Amino acid sequence: MDLTLKIWRQASGLDKGKFVNYKVGNISHDASFLEMLDILNEELVIKGDDPVAFDHDCREGICGACSLYINGRPHGPDRGITTCQMHMRNFKDGETIVIEPWRAKPFPVIKDLMVDRTAFDKIIQAGGFVSVRTGGVPDANAIAIPKHDADLAMDAAACIGCGACVAACKNASAMLFVSAKVSQFALLPQGRPEAHERVQKMVAKMDELGFGNCTNTYACEAECPKEISVANIARMNREFLTAKIVAQKA
Amino acid sequence: MGKLEAKIPHGPLSEKWTNYKAHQNLVNPSNKRRLDIIVVGTGLAGAAAAASFGELGFNVKAFGIHDSPRRAHSIAAQGGINAAKNYPNDGDSVFRLFYDTIKGGDYRAREANVYRLAEVSNDIIDQCVAQGVPFAREYGGLLDNRSFGGAQVSRTFYARGQTGQQLLLGAYSALSKEIGKGTVKMYTRRDLLELVIIDGRARGVIMRNLITGEIERHAAHAVVLATGGYGNVFFLSTNAMASNGSAVWKAYKKGAFFGNPSFTQIHPTCIPVHGDYQSKLTLMSESLRNDGRIWVPKYAEDAEKIRKGTMKPTELSEERRDYYLERRYPAFGNLVPRDVASRAAKERCDAGFGVGTTGLAVYLDFAESIKRLGKHVIEARYGNLFQMYEKIVDENPYETSMMIYPAVHYTMGGLWVDYELQTTIPGLFAAGEANFSDHGANRLGASALMQGLSDGYFVLPYTVQNYLADQISVPAFKTDLPEFEKAEKDTKATIERLLSINGKNTVDSYHRKLGLIMWDFVGMARNKEGLKKAIIMIQELKVDFWKNVKVPGKNEMVNPELEKALRVVDFIELGELMARDALYREESCGGHFREEYQTPEGEALRDDVNFTYVSAWEHKGDDAEPALHKEPLVFEFIEVKQRNYK
Ligand SMILES: Cc1cc2nc3c(=O)[nH]c(=O)nc-3n(C[C@H](O)[C@H](O)[C@H](O)COP(=O)(O)OP(=O)(O)OC[C@H]3O[C@@H](n4cnc5c(N)ncnc54)[C@H](O)[C@@H]3O)c2cc1C
Ligand code: FES
Repeated sequence: MDLTLKIWRQASGLDKGKFVNYKVGNISHDASFLEMLDILNEELVIKGDDPVAFDHDCREGICGACSLYINGRPHGPDRGITTCQMHMRNFKDGETIVIEPWRAKPFPVIKDLMVDRTAFDKIIQAGGFVSVRTGGVPDANAIAIPKHDADLAMDAAACIGCGACVAACKNASAMLFVSAKVSQFALLPQGRPEAHERVQKMVAKMDELGFGNCTNTYACEAECPKEISVANIARMNREFLTAKIVAQKA
Repeated sequence: MGKLEAKIPHGPLSEKWTNYKAHQNLVNPSNKRRLDIIVVGTGLAGAAAAASFGELGFNVKAFGIHDSPRRAHSIAAQGGINAAKNYPNDGDSVFRLFYDTIKGGDYRAREANVYRLAEVSNDIIDQCVAQGVPFAREYGGLLDNRSFGGAQVSRTFYARGQTGQQLLLGAYSALSKEIGKGTVKMYTRRDLLELVIIDGRARGVIMRNLITGEIERHAAHAVVLATGGYGNVFFLSTNAMASNGSAVWKAYKKGAFFGNPSFTQIHPTCIPVHGDYQSKLTLMSESLRNDGRIWVPKYAEDAEKIRKGTMKPTELSEERRDYYLERRYPAFGNLVPRDVASRAAKERCDAGFGVGTTGLAVYLDFAESIKRLGKHVIEARYGNLFQMYEKIVDENPYETSMMIYPAVHYTMGGLWVDYELQTTIPGLFAAGEANFSDHGANRLGASALMQGLSDGYFVLPYTVQNYLADQISVPAFKTDLPEFEKAEKDTKATIERLLSINGKNTVDSYHRKLGLIMWDFVGMARNKEGLKKAIIMIQELKVDFWKNVKVPGKNEMVNPELEKALRVVDFIELGELMARDALYREESCGGHFREEYQTPEGEALRDDVNFTYVSAWEHKGDDAEPALHKEPLVFEFIEVKQRNYK
């Protein structure tokens, strides 16, 4: 298939960006979206032009490195998958495809389609862990965990940290990301001892880094490639409230 | 340098590690604060090590090429992690896990290391559960297990089809905890370009900042490389795009010996190659072989019809199918080790029974399991894998057989390390897939995650400490020493040279060519003529690369083409060493199959008299041939046998 690509080009965070049009031809329906961009980049390199920078690594939907706003949607038109998992059969011959980076203040553009998502790491560093050291822990089967809880924790833990939720949200809120981590630990006995402290620290860090508020539009859930549920946000709000009450009593 | 001393502790196998720990040297808490450790790579092995060092109180600097430690290639592991817990009460034990691993590796791994691995495997599961890793559980609330190839017990712990993700996120959370506390300083988007040696010891690294292009110097008392495997030598592999061999190759060129470079694992169940624009191959987890049955048509005419598209696999009756693994290996059936399953698939396809448009594919079929267990059970077990398959191939695996073919997956070879995971350069340690240590000539499924975490959580914290114990009076190194100066200068010169060639071919075009040479001659089946030819072809490719490659842009910017070029330079040289090692090893063992050495039934034929050793290659200069050293493998505790999965 032949396509026109309208791609956001921006030399660095300090430069102003703009859209540039490119043509690619003879693309197989079976090629992945990123392979299509590889083909474009090969051509640009041969011509002596600057290839388009984008983040990617695993190319199977698990590392969370790939991003891209494609035709106005994070990770493109298909539901429940990342950009790297999308194949060109989702597009029509002759189509113009608009490709932009995540646009959110806490994720500044580094170059072209690459953005800086270290804000997510900072939120985890603020409290997204169980404070155990290596060694000296009880036997793995010492505490039975109801399968239902373990499954819910796994649903939340499936988050790949790609940032689509933030990019999809008009307020650039990170509530889905943060609540997924808070929920995973809140649901497991291992995470309970620090549950209150954790949620407060992570939320404070999230606010400090400039992520917006949640106004319940649920665009995050709709665009999440791992279909993380907004029920996690409700759980986090409950955790947060209890934490506050407990703190007041103390 | 130059001596191969495995430093295996004395005593009975089951007491070696305990003895080591009881007698090793320790560093007291106030001295720990004065000692710096560099950890390059924060996948499972590196993140676990860096977090543990931080907890102990050392000063840690950790580096990775990714924008976040959470994205290391370990994240992609699907199927599971082994441990000898014996929760299912099916006869497992530390000894059995040890034995299966040695046998699975075709008796080409070191007994003492493998035993320690089996010994600490249980601690890993405890550790991960304590971190909040949501492993799969049974209705009673206890942990669930599944089986993997090469074992007759169920000892694999898993978190849906995302075990690597959950384990890495566990290690990442431990690392994040230490970063938050300030014991670990994390440097993301950094590429190791050179190792710095001072007075014969590893004392620092040269890094390129992948955003600014700045070349940085970092010093420490000890350096750990946990930079993963080099399967991407083959261009197409199941490894992530950024996985590379550069860090280990730099160490090799600085004097660290390279162990068993040719030992590569070709994984039997991957989605077949479909086009020449393809950038990577996708693994379909080995766990699928628990419930999936592998087959090809029994008659060549059916296979031909299928290839032409005039017949569908579902139209073939049971009598016209050949479940060749069940036929050839009744005891293990579809759960034979990976090397055996891969070669059997190749054998059927080469003989004309392959399917798919290319004829380079076999079927993995769930019809019977779906009938027996119900679709919902299969969906609960493998849902995300089936979805992944459908997205790529555009076919529904609940309704028709999956198509699979072997693909490069893992490198058993890596930096040679002793029992302490120290390379032949004092102060340089290697962990995880980057070392050669535990898997011999073939790795069993679910054992890489185990090894990475064992190295990182439970081995290095002891052995690196033992090394540092006599370094407490050595002051922190300054980075303006001449050794740093020179390393940086050399690095910059290489970059300048690459940018100035301005030829006509892209970096990827060379990488693809290298991959084809490797796949054709250093892949699943190897022979003397082919390997000799490969060496010459790779040397020619290298000359061509340095004349005609085109690397656009400059150093001082985000420049993925430059990053790739630096890796391909190393892949080309590493590819040659792999071919050389494969040529030298005149036997078949595990994943190393020399066509000249096979049994009449086509099974790998080892030569224990002449080749029961680890090959450890020493770099002798860019224009000289490398030297081979041999570490003899002594089996004191188990009997060496011909592997038999029949
Ligand atoms: C698709 C797939 C599925 C798998 N499934 C399983 C499974 O189910 N069970 C199992 O046991 N094993 C599995 N494996 C194997 C296993 O995942 C890997 O062997 C293991 O995760 C490697 O971990 P590591 O820590 O050694 O390296 P990696 O996770 O590869 O980490 C390497 C680290 O080094 C950094 N790095 C690399 N190069 C440089 C450089 N030049 N400079 C600076 N930093 C660098 C990276 O940023 C990264 O942080 C699978 C592998 C694949 C490909
Ligand atoms: S590249 Fe890893 S999720 Fe897309």
